[in-house]
Amino acid sequence: MTVIQVSKLGKAYKKYPTRWARLAEWVSIKKTKKHQLTWVIKDISFTVKKGESLGIVGINGTGKSTLLKMITGTTSPTEGTIQVHGRVAALLELGLGFHPDFTGRENVMLSGQLLGISHSELNQLMPQIEAFAEIGEYIDQPVRIYSSGMQMRLAFSVATAKRPDILIVDEALSVGDAYFQHKSFERIRAFREEGTTLLIVSHDKSAIQAICDKAILLDSGQIAKEGTPEEVFDYYNALIAKKENSIVTSVQNNEGKFQTTSGTGEAKVKDISLHNSKGEKCNTIAVGEPVNLRIKVKIHQSIEKLVLGYGIKDRLGQVMYGTNTWHTKQIVHQASENDEYIYHISFPANFGPGTYSIQTALVDSDSHLTNNYEWIDLALMFNVINIDKTQFVGYQWNEPLISIEKHNG
Amino acid sequence: MKHIQSLWQYKEFIIASVKREFQLNYQSSLLGALWTVLNPLSMIIIYTVIFSQIMRAKLPETDSIYAYSVYLCAGIITWALFTEIVTRGQNIFISNANILKKINFPRIALPVILTINASLNFAIIFSLFLCFMIITSQFPGMVILAVIPVLIIQILFAIGLGLTLGVLNVFFRDVGQFFNIVLQFWFWLTPIVYPVSILPEIIKPLILTWNPMAAIIAAYQTIFVYGTMPDWNSLIIPSLVALTFCMIAMSLYAKHAHEIVDEL
Repeated sequence: MTVIQVSKLGKAYKKYPTRWARLAEWVSIKKTKKHQLTWVIKDISFTVKKGESLGIVGINGTGKSTLLKMITGTTSPTEGTIQVHGRVAALLELGLGFHPDFTGRENVMLSGQLLGISHSELNQLMPQIEAFAEIGEYIDQPVRIYSSGMQMRLAFSVATAKRPDILIVDEALSVGDAYFQHKSFERIRAFREEGTTLLIVSHDKSAIQAICDKAILLDSGQIAKEGTPEEVFDYYNALIAKKENSIVTSVQNNEGKFQTTSGTGEAKVKDISLHNSKGEKCNTIAVGEPVNLRIKVKIHQSIEKLVLGYGIKDRLGQVMYGTNTWHTKQIVHQASENDEYIYHISFPANFGPGTYSIQTALVDSDSHLTNNYEWIDLALMFNVINIDKTQFVGYQWNEPLISIEKHNG
Repeated sequence: MKHIQSLWQYKEFIIASVKREFQLNYQSSLLGALWTVLNPLSMIIIYTVIFSQIMRAKLPETDSIYAYSVYLCAGIITWALFTEIVTRGQNIFISNANILKKINFPRIALPVILTINASLNFAIIFSLFLCFMIITSQFPGMVILAVIPVLIIQILFAIGLGLTLGVLNVFFRDVGQFFNIVLQFWFWLTPIVYPVSILPEIIKPLILTWNPMAAIIAAYQTIFVYGTMPDWNSLIIPSLVALTFCMIAMSLYAKHAHEIVDEL
């Protein structure tokens, strides 16, 4: 049974050249159009069946939130149709529009009633909502003194107090502390098992991969890819990588020699890729998975010595691990012009879940201070997700063996 | 019909909103509901002192010492209801942007909440006014029931005008600013503080024909000061104007509803 049917959906915002143009258009008798349409969503069609969960991914400003707003009904499409069957609960733009001067409890009542839950039912649900939000005494304080995390927690608790037929969540999972994220995630998962249809926008790859049956990737308001979450994310990462590179080159063009790609250019990295255990090129790998980093180096001018160095950085730029072929005693001597060298670097991806980048350096000794042929930051980006390992935190995977001895007291 | 049905479904939200908003006005102030009364009361005292005593303005055909106060109250209290609905109506979408953008609910609930709230505030002052009339033995008797149809016309006019401005204000924020100025002029171009009789003969017909509020306020004044039925014929044009504004508001809203949320 199809619960959400979106066909040929398009949304355009009117853009007027001046503030007076709108007035001119409104009062003109000939109905001349003074505005231009800016399309944020164009020709989107998809269906979601009952109990299915759909993840929507895409970089910021690609129309994800607009799409959800149209499905929720707060804004209407410019063209195309949306059919939604069932009670919808939506968490758009991180909230329910709480009134800052009302207390948490009063806001729960108002928002709950706006969501179509009756007064008496809300009274029944109140203890449960309070308990889930875990904001304690604050429930009777005005919402204006809440932290954003507390507001979000309360909003999530209200919106999900009663299992909806369709739950729409926009980025909400990324707000709040890890504990609450986990808790809300559990609730969403439970709803799904009871038959709620889910629509989730998130940048959190592991969340989408864990909970969604399928995903769509939006790029510039159009569906760029539709398929399993894995497929879509690989494509998404490629898209991001492309964007990252283009930033790098633009910096390079303006500044000439900028740190992101510095060097004298005798040797250059021609290609860099990460391969999984099956030898497939990939951007997303599992914790502990054996991977192969392939770096193809081209010599543009004959050099005496060539050393390749690389470092793997976490999202904050801290080097997690780095070494070079000087230390491994694999220096290439007398490299001549137009030679190509392919380095195969194999290691297990013993990293925590997250995004990592690889920097490369082509030098002639153990540092880039003597002869720096080429240095690239963010040469490659990849993601690590935890698929089959015990839940853990941190940037490195260091699986323990835990044994418990009992001493009777 | 569909609207009324959805309104009924959201009746609890409407009731709760009215209650909340009402409390909100008073809960964080020490004197609470007293402020609702003190504001118009101070205005009435000022005008009574200035116009009744200093200017020695006299209403024709009355000799009661309270007559001017009653005349003033009848106009000011009802004018306050009118401006409350209109000024809040013109901000109705802007001030509710927060929920309009996040929750899908029948939008018609918003003007209903506004009207009920404004009417409640009005009821408080109005009942005090009635008490004052009973104490000073000015109570007009059964004629007072004639207030009800006049109030209905006035509220319809206010809400129609308010919502029309409300839609326009979303797209042209100047409307709100502009209309606040208009209201100042409108107040003085309506015989509220002064009797119609002091108007120059050239201006009098202009105001009486082109200002629907003049006829409405005059109706209240007739009921309270003279204790007689208002001139119903004079209310025909205001009723038509009120209905016209309601229609304009509805068609404007229907036409631009989808753009409103985008613009907020």
